[in-house]
Amino acid sequence: MATRHTRALAYTAVTPSVVVLFIWMIVPLGLTLYFSVLNYNLLDPGNESYIGFLNYEYFLTDPAFTAALVNTLKLVGGVLVITVVGGTLLALLLDQPIFGQGIVRLMVIAPFFVMPTVSALIWKNLLMHPVSGLFAWLAHSVGLEPIDWFTEAPLVAICLIVAWQWLPFAALILLTALQSLDQEQKEAAEMDGTPAISFFFYIVLPHIARAITVVILIETIFLLNVFAEIRVTTGGGDATTNIPFMVYAQALLQFDVGGASAGGIVAVILANIVAFFLVRMIGRNLEA
Amino acid sequence: MSGKIILRGVNKSFGDVTIIPSVDLEIDDGEFVVFVGPSGCGKSTLLRLIAGLEDVTSGRIEIDGVDVSDVPPAKRGLSMVFQSYALYPHMSVRGNIGFGLKMAGENKDVIRQKVEKAAATLNLANYLDRKPRQLSGGQRQRVAIGRAIVREPKAFLFDEPLSNLDAALRVQMRLEIAQLHESLATTMIYVTHDQVEAMTLADKIVVLNAGNIEQAGSPLDLYHHPVNLFVAGFIGSPKMNFLATDVRATGPDGVTVALPGGRDIRVPVAAGVLQPGAKVTLGVRPEHLKTSRQGELTGTVIVAERLGGETYLYIRPAEGPLFVVQADGNDSTRVHDRIAVGVDPETCHLFDADGRSLARLRRHPLAGALQASQQAS
Amino acid sequence: MARAVSPVRRTVTTVAAWFIGFIIFFPILWMALTSFKTELEAFSTPPKFLFFDWTLENFGIVQERSNYLKFAGNSIILSLGSTLVGLLFAVPAAWAMAFSPGRRTKDLLMWMLSTKMMPPVGALIPIYLIFKDFGLLDSRGGLITVLFLLNLPIIVWMLFTYFKEIPGEILEASRMDGATLWREIVYVLTPMAVPGIASTLLLNVILAWNEAFWTLNLTTTEAAPLTAFIASYSSPEGLFWAKLSAASTMAVAPILVLGWFSQRQLVRGLTFGAVK
Repeated sequence: MATRHTRALAYTAVTPSVVVLFIWMIVPLGLTLYFSVLNYNLLDPGNESYIGFLNYEYFLTDPAFTAALVNTLKLVGGVLVITVVGGTLLALLLDQPIFGQGIVRLMVIAPFFVMPTVSALIWKNLLMHPVSGLFAWLAHSVGLEPIDWFTEAPLVAICLIVAWQWLPFAALILLTALQSLDQEQKEAAEMDGTPAISFFFYIVLPHIARAITVVILIETIFLLNVFAEIRVTTGGGDATTNIPFMVYAQALLQFDVGGASAGGIVAVILANIVAFFLVRMIGRNLEA
Repeated sequence: MSGKIILRGVNKSFGDVTIIPSVDLEIDDGEFVVFVGPSGCGKSTLLRLIAGLEDVTSGRIEIDGVDVSDVPPAKRGLSMVFQSYALYPHMSVRGNIGFGLKMAGENKDVIRQKVEKAAATLNLANYLDRKPRQLSGGQRQRVAIGRAIVREPKAFLFDEPLSNLDAALRVQMRLEIAQLHESLATTMIYVTHDQVEAMTLADKIVVLNAGNIEQAGSPLDLYHHPVNLFVAGFIGSPKMNFLATDVRATGPDGVTVALPGGRDIRVPVAAGVLQPGAKVTLGVRPEHLKTSRQGELTGTVIVAERLGGETYLYIRPAEGPLFVVQADGNDSTRVHDRIAVGVDPETCHLFDADGRSLARLRRHPLAGALQASQQAS
Repeated sequence: MARAVSPVRRTVTTVAAWFIGFIIFFPILWMALTSFKTELEAFSTPPKFLFFDWTLENFGIVQERSNYLKFAGNSIILSLGSTLVGLLFAVPAAWAMAFSPGRRTKDLLMWMLSTKMMPPVGALIPIYLIFKDFGLLDSRGGLITVLFLLNLPIIVWMLFTYFKEIPGEILEASRMDGATLWREIVYVLTPMAVPGIASTLLLNVILAWNEAFWTLNLTTTEAAPLTAFIASYSSPEGLFWAKLSAASTMAVAPILVLGWFSQRQLVRGLTFGAVK
């Protein structure tokens, strides 16, 4: 379909988008790299000096960094497990013949469309508040002590909030994949007398394996960058700071541009490492 | 304005893959040319090259005396009817037919007039305000044709336009296209894999195989004087019967070959460099074989296809491949009968070891004179 | 289904599904209910589910005291604005990739999508400083630009998949009919792609509306959208649950409705075609 004429015009048609995205990629990243080797603090402007990899050293040897790294991995891992397992179960359930399936779908998908700040605050206050929150009331009604989520287990709390938001995404993707399972395969398995569990592990799971890997990949990309929920509930703190929040805090709360930039680059490298391993590990399942 | 189209050394390749090695072809103004061949032979590609929807890798295409290699499709003055009709789904029939005129900047009244005239010719006058999805296959086909006609192009290009229609509709549309050509007298280039369409519509048939022109000539020319095994097997349905045999003798009146069952037959073709003992293929069409008591070929009938008007008998001889005989509709031969079939040497073809046909000593009266450009390379 | 499922099984699964669906949806429902309570009732234990003094006062207070409409307006301007600019850039680009692909088109598309994988913190400092120096902090234009750049890859990707579904022959027919490229796009492609363009618009407006990193860090008062406005409730004074709920309900309701209509687009847009 492409001829010389269309190709020349195609070139012009694509160029603006490419240029604009290229600048968006290169300029900030380049500047961040540049700042990361400077001693640059917004409270003391004009006194920048080149300090080589000192910022990186400080950032990486800061015990808060290790804590943030661990928190990041815990958060991502926790949400992934909840959403993938929960999503699969939900998808299996929704794939069954149900009355009013449309409404159930709407209910299940709603959390994804709620903005992160709203989710976080509603959960923190209306649900998880240790005195007047709904969970507290539920605990009391069965004779248990309510959990003070944000004091005792803040990272778990945030993990729950984020998982609640992403569960619909996983469920929807996996449901779509499930529904593409050939009806005839199901019938053939039935004629063969396959028990449900075997059916699930030998036929369903391989079929949705690709969708699962897509869900994991995409969620990870977004989960590495959880920010709003943390800012709005705990405002940081050792237990819930992840890498992005740590960088943010250094930049916009401590005004240490140099240090934060180093942190930013570390975050970028981390994201690339994770992406690399993820893609490699599950690469066979994805279409190139 | 003329619809004369010339292709010189046209080559089309995608990287290392060559679809069309090199094509030379001349199409006269007003000619109805059919590109025919099996799937993947490059006939649609050739059409699209002429249309300008693909670039030639090398070579020239001239339309009406102008080299169009750098001319975009919009400016070549051609119209195309696509296999899937490619109607604009969001426009009415009126909009579809008139779109080209609108693009050309014609004035609204002129467009209306021309569209209504074209619609009337194609029996679409009552459907002008409908959308394509509300039309039947045949009607959509007509809209596609109307869209092509109304621009008064130098040539029409048809890309397998009847493939998506059912059999009855196909025959009817074939007729309409033939009549269209009669009345418009514009050059038409038509691509199809159906050799019946080719035979019935064409002034000139171009048989393509793997990007090469095997033969170009009038339908009867190809029927009576196929230049090689491929063309001989492609034209005519059911396919020509082929028999491997060898030369017994050569002479000024023809070449004598052996028939299975012991007898010989002298085919009136020029021997050329053939020597006795050479391997050749004998070809004879089912419609040229006759059941006869003294027939040279014998065998057992294994299938009898009765169409009412004619009967196709599939015969297994004592040795050699199956062959097909077209017999009369009232023929009473039954399956498992032993049968003898007569061969008229005038209707036989001989092909050498390379598959090339040996030239006949006398050309068929309806096949027209041999032209230099019609010989295969 | 070839055979009917036993009514017992159907009922059981229906009940289970509704139950789980309800639980998942519950926080939103609870939020909506709370917005109709007075602050005292909102904070009281045991919590009241349906039988309380329904009131509309919170909606009014939120607007009066904190000018809710301004933030809502900003949300609309930012999400619509950035998506429309995105469409302007993306329609030609997606056209080019879908109908005139070159050898490197696939790579180009992948690269575009990969720009979304960069952690925002990697760009936070320079963007913040650049915005500061150029007076773009807390400006709608600045935010629109950032949101546009964030979503451009997805807009291009989605349009690309929709365009690919349009039969190429129809565009070729328009070329044979004498249409120049521009006219081909305007008279033939766009009308046929309207549903796809609408879907893309829908999903990306939603994504931009909910964006909560750049909107929180680059705005303060003038250009702040609803995400930032709600964030201001994170350290409030006094009783605020009912007001928070009211503000949140209003912030979330339109997007919920839009989102319910865009489930299929979600799958298409965010899984990059890997799941059908």
